[in-house]
Amino acid sequence: MSPRPGFVLEVDRSTPPTLFWHGEGFRFEQLPAGSRVVYPPESLDGLADPDAAIRHALEHPVGDSAPLSALLRPGMRLTIAFDDVSLPLPPMRRPDMRQRVVEAVLDAAAAAGVDDVVLIAALALHRRMTDDELRQALGDRVFDAFAPHGLLLQHDAEDPDALVHLGLTDKGEDVEINRRAAESDLLVYVNINLSAMDGGHKSVATGLASYRSLKHHHNVRTLQHSRSLMDRHHSEMHSSNWRMGRLIKNAGVKIFQIESTLNLDMFPSQFGFLQKREWEWSLADRAGFHSTRLALDHTPPRLARQIFQSMLSPYAPTSVQAGEVEAVHDLTLENLHRQQLVAVEGQTDILTMGLPYLCPYNVNSIMNPLLVACLGLGYFFNLYRGRPLVREGGVCIISHPTPWAFNPVHHPSYIDFFEQVLADTTDMFEIEQRYEQKFATDPWYIHLYRTSYAYHGVHPLYMWYWCAHALDYLGGVIIVGGDRAAVRRMGFKPASTLADALEMAEDVVGRGPSITHLHAPPLLVADVS
Amino acid sequence: MSVRLPRVVDEVVSRPTWPGTLPRPIEPRNIGVDYDTAWTRKPWARAVRRVVVDNVTRPFVAVVATPEVFGREHLDPLEGPVIFAANHSSHLDTSIVVACLPERFRRRTVVAAAADYFFDRPWKAALWSLALGTIPMERTKVSRKSADLAASLLDERWNLVIFPEGGRTRDGWGQEFRGGAAYLAKRCDVPVVPVHLRGVRPAFPRGSSTLRRSKVEVRFGDPLRPGQKMASGKEEDARHFAGRIEGAVALLADEAESDWWSARRRAAAGATPPFRGPDASAWRRAWALPASARRTRSVRSKSSAKPW
Repeated sequence: MSPRPGFVLEVDRSTPPTLFWHGEGFRFEQLPAGSRVVYPPESLDGLADPDAAIRHALEHPVGDSAPLSALLRPGMRLTIAFDDVSLPLPPMRRPDMRQRVVEAVLDAAAAAGVDDVVLIAALALHRRMTDDELRQALGDRVFDAFAPHGLLLQHDAEDPDALVHLGLTDKGEDVEINRRAAESDLLVYVNINLSAMDGGHKSVATGLASYRSLKHHHNVRTLQHSRSLMDRHHSEMHSSNWRMGRLIKNAGVKIFQIESTLNLDMFPSQFGFLQKREWEWSLADRAGFHSTRLALDHTPPRLARQIFQSMLSPYAPTSVQAGEVEAVHDLTLENLHRQQLVAVEGQTDILTMGLPYLCPYNVNSIMNPLLVACLGLGYFFNLYRGRPLVREGGVCIISHPTPWAFNPVHHPSYIDFFEQVLADTTDMFEIEQRYEQKFATDPWYIHLYRTSYAYHGVHPLYMWYWCAHALDYLGGVIIVGGDRAAVRRMGFKPASTLADALEMAEDVVGRGPSITHLHAPPLLVADVS
Repeated sequence: MSVRLPRVVDEVVSRPTWPGTLPRPIEPRNIGVDYDTAWTRKPWARAVRRVVVDNVTRPFVAVVATPEVFGREHLDPLEGPVIFAANHSSHLDTSIVVACLPERFRRRTVVAAAADYFFDRPWKAALWSLALGTIPMERTKVSRKSADLAASLLDERWNLVIFPEGGRTRDGWGQEFRGGAAYLAKRCDVPVVPVHLRGVRPAFPRGSSTLRRSKVEVRFGDPLRPGQKMASGKEEDARHFAGRIEGAVALLADEAESDWWSARRRAAAGATPPFRGPDASAWRRAWALPASARRTRSVRSKSSAKPW
């Protein structure tokens, strides 16, 4: 049976309770009759032979590009950049798609006699990857061949010697990217496109850029006008990246882009119930869900976090395309939409969502309150094309424990931002004006970013800016089951139960509101008419 | 007094309700003739069945029926697959036939069982198909699915036990043999071994809920091969072959009531007693039943069991 598309369920009295993610746990909520639930499509079948598909893509590029083998020659400088630990989520079971693609590129380079090859993790301002994470992403063969010789690098956005300024866009945006990448004869970028936000010119213009460059699109005004981040044609952030990408191309940087899309097979078989619709749960699914929930109720949070963070996804690739950046990305979007798009008619007064334990910035780490806000209001709110799922002035209800807890190694500047800045103000423009420079240039944060495994000092502000569109648009945000102090610190309202939250939301949107639940993950993009 | 399950157990055991706003898809049936028995022929299931047959079924049959087996030598030259076609008077028939088969046949035998009776509930289907290797056979209508399954198993060198009467006897006399066994034999070109069971009905007749010990005799006859030429010169059809199988079982029945030589002579003279009993009124048919086929005590009907 072919996979079924996503759809919108209208809840009635016989609809079973709906599964809500709740961090490292779940809630089972009975939504009021008349509510809608947006379900993702079923997972598409993966490519039968991914390696053959990769080789075919490399030799049959799209857009204005020669086949990879024709671009390789002895004596050239080849740089292979790849997406960092923030993709895919959860991390993919070996072999990761990056490993497959990088190995194929290296096979071609070896056949062409290319000696000068460097691999770079495109971190932007993210934390550095650990050796284990690099092995997970690239495989042992690649890691052992490059890392011991210093040829497996991680982009350092604070190393002035490793950056080159390529110029200003017509909007006056600085374009400063990794020098090795810019000065190579060929830059191969290996993407994993989990969502429509990833890939295209954003890969190089963001992944290999410096703060000086990133601040032109990672700011409050741009993000307020990115509607949505999943719709590049209506996203200011993507427009800025596209301007920068074209400048990079015009500056003579030769890029061979390789993008791959994954299906929605996100969770291992023991969590199969997460991929199914509640009324179709088998006995095994029900036993799996309830035993998991019972076990988690009696598991210390730290252990529960470790269990969830060790989960590897059985993703399978659904497409691979290579060649010229824009042509490749157009194809990627087509393939992503084939898997993720769900048609939704009309907006809602109240949007509910259950957030999982993981976002792009807490792999092997803690989902701190800022990341909860970023995942809910920055990512899930933006999972739309056309119009937001919720109407302007509506309310977003998020389910997540939102613990007042931070990983001091990964998120040192988050702690200061949360403890000091948000205690002072939650106004984004004010924060941007008063605090951004301080956090971005703090030498201690920069030191930790460059030498430890810390996100850049300015990163927590970006997480807050990521909510700009949602907070500008919504009438209120309520977090169910969260740490009350942490929730209030961010200017949101805490609620103990979903029923309480719905009551509270009625104060904003009026009596008898329409309710829509976003049943994700697995990921979907609502095409709202 | 009703017992309430703990909520979490109830949530696991109970199937979720179906949203009223969604059309309910027609679920593929896995019951009756559609029940998939493939799992019962996997190595682990065969190992379980072997344990069950050797340690439960055969001792049980030995105690209840103490079967005496005749004509096993007819099976010696056969390599399989083989169709064993037996008369049917009791639910014990299946266990007795399986228990009395030589081991080389018993380990690789399936039993055609009524889809509407043995496969009408998932638990019954699972229980009988695991314990005795039953496969569902449609008996109320012609079913290509049943025939295809049986034929494919014969092709895979499984032996088949089948009761061509299509159900247990109601009055102790045999019933007309249907064409299923003959059709399968012709289709797969396999021999049919006629089997006669004597004395099973007194042990556990139709409608009974209690078991009685009985002395049972099991007779295997000469294997029959399809394709005999008819008087018209044409090759016999399944219907004709079914008649031959019925005749062979009738011969074994006669042999059971008399002796081999007398039965043979009557067969040669065309005077074998009718397998289906005399064409007479019900009481006369009952009167004419041999002692080995009579019910030995009255059985309470369901309606009269508890008159209060």
